[in-house]
Amino acid sequence: MNRRALIALALLSAALMLLPWFANSYVLSVATLILFFAFAGQAWNVMMGFCGQLSLGHSLYVGVGAYASAGLFMHYGIGPWAGVWLAISLCVALGCLIGFLAFRFGISGVYFALLTIAFCEFTRIGFDHLQWLGGPGGLFLKVAQRDTIDIANFRGPPAMYYYAILALTAGALALCTWLLKSRAGFYWQAIRENEEAAQALGINTFRWKMLAVAISSAMTAVAGVFYAFYYNNLFPEQIFHISRSIEIILGPVIGGVGTLFGPILGAVVLTLLADGITELLAAIGVEVPGIKQVFYGIVLLAVVMFLPHGIWPALARKLGFARSEDAHGDSGSGATASAATSARKEAS
Amino acid sequence: MSAQPVLLEVSHLSKSFRGLKAVHNVSFAVPAQGVVALIGPNGAGKTTCFNLIAGTFAPDSGAVHLGGTSLTGMRSDQACKAGIGRTYQVVKPFPDMTVEENVMVGALNRAGNVAQARHAAADVLKLVHLDKKSHIRAAHLTLPERKRLEVARALATQPKILLLDEVMAGLRPTEVDQIVAVFRRVNQETGLAILFVEHVMRAVMALAHTVVVLHHGELIARGTPAEVVRDPRVIESYLGAEAVDG
Repeated sequence: MNRRALIALALLSAALMLLPWFANSYVLSVATLILFFAFAGQAWNVMMGFCGQLSLGHSLYVGVGAYASAGLFMHYGIGPWAGVWLAISLCVALGCLIGFLAFRFGISGVYFALLTIAFCEFTRIGFDHLQWLGGPGGLFLKVAQRDTIDIANFRGPPAMYYYAILALTAGALALCTWLLKSRAGFYWQAIRENEEAAQALGINTFRWKMLAVAISSAMTAVAGVFYAFYYNNLFPEQIFHISRSIEIILGPVIGGVGTLFGPILGAVVLTLLADGITELLAAIGVEVPGIKQVFYGIVLLAVVMFLPHGIWPALARKLGFARSEDAHGDSGSGATASAATSARKEAS
Repeated sequence: MSAQPVLLEVSHLSKSFRGLKAVHNVSFAVPAQGVVALIGPNGAGKTTCFNLIAGTFAPDSGAVHLGGTSLTGMRSDQACKAGIGRTYQVVKPFPDMTVEENVMVGALNRAGNVAQARHAAADVLKLVHLDKKSHIRAAHLTLPERKRLEVARALATQPKILLLDEVMAGLRPTEVDQIVAVFRRVNQETGLAILFVEHVMRAVMALAHTVVVLHHGELIARGTPAEVVRDPRVIESYLGAEAVDG
């Protein structure tokens, strides 16, 4: 990261810190939503972006994390500071179970992705029949008055939730930055790039893939705890739905898989896009059912077609956060493509 | 050379794929500091031999020992930890990582931390003349460079023996001479043993102390390079008559 990028990061942090003083409640709720997806997207990115293990069932961990902490709070009055540990433990256990089954028996690629969907789906069905946690009728946390801050039970005004998810997102960014520079980051990328060669270089691929799954599921569990206490209502049909898993994935994919800022940028772009399209359609008076999704889909398609490595690498280059490292060593052919990919590398 | 103790011992190794005997009852040894070439026509079982030694597959029968420890049935990461450094005939770089990062992954096999691995990688890259390319992504290397990267990564793991699978295929004669010089230097300076599969006879003659010849999965000849190229069975199955004068 160069000086320019550091200054930009400092300015962005300051703006985000001061946001609740200027923003109205609508803007604050959108910002909270953006940060939620930025956090969850970073969690998913550890597994897929860094280590190359495609999970299409990450709403499993959001849901289990949310239900675990909400259940403890509802039934025993145990607050989320304790509940988050149960949430993390359960999600890491689940992640490791899926990882063990897949990696021990050589299930990889799309078959691994199918396994993650399967686990998510039958957990959803299981929760539908779990009356203790509300079943299909949903689980509701009592909404306390919203002007006092109760840190112990994580109840308070919208600004409190905003700062909480801001801290989580910043923490996740710091964690991911550190991980990527550590032994784990090197090993994960090697596994992602070529697992057979990685193993021949002495990497116990099973163990390091399990670590990626554990960290990713633990982070997502925390996202789930936040979700439960922010939204106060949980329905299995919603929280475990595959569209939720896809929502988590879209941010990093649009922003740049495997990059550090991609998931954050992707969350910003997608959330603003969805809200912007809604506003725009309302303003021009178009009321065709599903038209919002059509527009949304067109924009996604355009991004994937024109920026296959995501928005962040291209943007980072434009803003001068990344230099074109390969320029001196490239011999003619594919120089443009290589500039793009090297910037992607640099931008991460 | 015969005075050197045995480093790698392959005994009665066999492996079949759906009834096809890829490797059948093959035994040979590489002495400490030795350089042994494994030659033979395509499909003779050379790469399968490598895969059995390096833990890619487990043999159906037979055993592999490295410095007295059994490698038989080990996974490839365990074999690497035990001291096997191997390259692949079809190169397998980590394309989206830089050259330096590629080699650092190998160096982390022994290095205590990332900074040490970076140091070790720099030394190895200098040795194979890739130091000027260290910040380029591996995807952008030419094939000869990728082959050298493959060697650098294996060397960085600090193996007791280096297994090279056709790293000279596709190189120009001058490039062959360059890389042969690198291997000879590594062998002489560090005493690293080398077992290599090669079709480029120029390299085999220049580098190998001993040549082992496989044909249809079986060992048909073994000896010094000069002896082997005069062996009638080797000429018939592999080299062809004109090679004798070459």
